[in-house]
Amino acid sequence: MATPIVRVEGITKTFGGKVKALADVTLEVEPGIIYGLLGPNGAGKTTLIRVLTTLLRPDSGRAEVAGVDVLADPKTARTKIGLAGQFAAVDDYLTGRENVEMVGRLYGLSIAESKRRAGQVLDRIRLDQAADRQVKTYSGGMQRRLDLAASLVGRPEVLFLDEPTTGIDPRSRIDVWELISDLVDGGTTVLLTTQYLDEADQLADRIAVIDEGRLISEGTSDDLKDTLGGSVIELSVPADRQAETIDALRAICGAEPTVHELTSEITVPAAEGAKTLTDVVRTLDAASITPTDIALHKPSLDDVFLTLTGHPAETKTEEEPVPNGRRGRRLRRKT
Amino acid sequence: MTAVTAPTKPGRVAASLPQTIRDILVITRRNLLRNLRLPQLIVLSTIQPIMFLLLFTYVFGGAIGGTLPPAAAGEYINWLIPGLLVQTAAFGAGQTALGLTEDLSKGVIERFRSLPMARSAVLAGRTLSDLIRNGFVISLMMVVGVLIGFRYQTSLAGLVAGMAIAMVFSFAFSWIMATIGLLVKNPEAVQAAIFLPVFPLVFASSVFVPTQTMPSWLRTFADHQPVTVTVDALRGLILGEGALLPGNTVTGQVLLSLFYSALILAAFVPLAVRMYRRSVN
Ligand SMILES: Nc1ncnc2c1ncn2[C@@H]1O[C@H](COP(=O)(O)OP(=O)(O)OP(=O)(O)O)[C@@H](O)[C@H]1O
Ligand SMILES: [Mg+2]
Repeated sequence: MATPIVRVEGITKTFGGKVKALADVTLEVEPGIIYGLLGPNGAGKTTLIRVLTTLLRPDSGRAEVAGVDVLADPKTARTKIGLAGQFAAVDDYLTGRENVEMVGRLYGLSIAESKRRAGQVLDRIRLDQAADRQVKTYSGGMQRRLDLAASLVGRPEVLFLDEPTTGIDPRSRIDVWELISDLVDGGTTVLLTTQYLDEADQLADRIAVIDEGRLISEGTSDDLKDTLGGSVIELSVPADRQAETIDALRAICGAEPTVHELTSEITVPAAEGAKTLTDVVRTLDAASITPTDIALHKPSLDDVFLTLTGHPAETKTEEEPVPNGRRGRRLRRKT
Repeated sequence: MTAVTAPTKPGRVAASLPQTIRDILVITRRNLLRNLRLPQLIVLSTIQPIMFLLLFTYVFGGAIGGTLPPAAAGEYINWLIPGLLVQTAAFGAGQTALGLTEDLSKGVIERFRSLPMARSAVLAGRTLSDLIRNGFVISLMMVVGVLIGFRYQTSLAGLVAGMAIAMVFSFAFSWIMATIGLLVKNPEAVQAAIFLPVFPLVFASSVFVPTQTMPSWLRTFADHQPVTVTVDALRGLILGEGALLPGNTVTGQVLLSLFYSALILAAFVPLAVRMYRRSVN
């Protein structure tokens, strides 16, 4: 494969001596792809982005972006990157255009060039109508898009987007997805974080799942889905029938059902989707168990984490080659 | 629009002097635009010193008038204006702390730090724009002062030189405020923190009244601290040598004030820059 454009090697970062935000994270991103960092709140996604964008020094490890050692030569690294942080960093009292032009100037573009580029990216991100209004009149989603526009103005080789679609309405979200895909078609490499599995699924060529600072899975979207076994069934039954139900589910689905501590909701992978659901309903009906609630769900991030971290007894860590020959750590649910 | 995406242009590496200056100007412009777009900010921060001016002139003017040196030509306002200019310079510098904490808390500084811009530009642009802004407020005060009876007793050149000294002092004070802002980080907390150095320096000084009536321990401090020295430099330049304490010369006070400003800059510029480097971890 091509030389990786982002290389992270054994990065560790501890805050205040106790919060381990990143624990020995190693990953590589090949050029021209969208790479997704998937993880729940506090997983360490933002921390990793901040290390890669020269904002934070890790305790140990190496990081390289576009052939530049981020820790040894942050100045050069900054010329190669664009960053749209988790919270829009735009000036309320400037217009959208002034914001983007200013960032262009700070990338070293001439006045004329920064005006031209600002016009292009604002157009591209569909903010041209609002470009000459003060940002304080923008909606939250418009501000995020503006932030994204600003991160593009310097033509970065690698673009870091921290939760680019959080707080954006569904339509604009698709817009942003399209924009990101276009960027990659143009040769930019995008490293983005998200809390949404569907976003990682739709958008990212490769996905790294992190939790509590550790990389727990790395691979393509299909790899990730394999570890999940596709859809899941969620159901609730009267408490006195729960044990019986779990036994039945185990037999049908060939996997260990999990029970939510608080809601007592039972979750079980449904390898064949609707067919598995039908089987379950028939079997329960035959046993005169009437679920109080039942539904078929595509895997959510919760399911990913339940599967990847929730059951140490049933999961086994394997070192195995990922499809393109690189070594990656994956947890596979043993069934 | 494919042009948006081609990742070709190699960026610049280390910031050269022209680039540094350019970046400083970009940041300065951005900060000044805020003042233009939020005129209430300027209006409010101008009202306060003007209120001081009016209150002190009309409330204390009569009582204090008699104790003033003859150089004030019997008018308290002539005595007061140089003092208030310096007070305004010191208070106005507090904006530096406020502006920085706002940028920090809104993540704007994070963005700046991820850009290939000169590192020094954020602080330099901030203090420069606050200098320009304070120059505006000081000039406005001067206009109001003249309207209610202030007259310089030396020459126009003396007046302009006096205002320039106040600006230098304001710039130096901005760097103290920058350090405080980067230390405190929180925009609400910093509102209180900026008064800590300003109040003792402004009130234990010759800004409002001559220092002769203060207890001797306080007077020793008051006569030698930077605000009094700077106020005296202004009075010497604007009212003449007769406005100074016996034994002090105009040149002496001007040089001493500039020396104080240089000292503050020498101490607080490196300190603020160091704090800035660490501010985002
Ligand atoms: N500056 C800091 N000081 C102390 N702890 C921090 C700091 N920044 C992050 N942390 C801690 O490090 C951990 C990882 O945080 P991080 O912001 O990287 O998570 P995240 O994956 O981006 O989460 P989210 O989805 O909520 O944005 C958290 O436990 C967080 O509390
Ligand atoms: Mg985050």
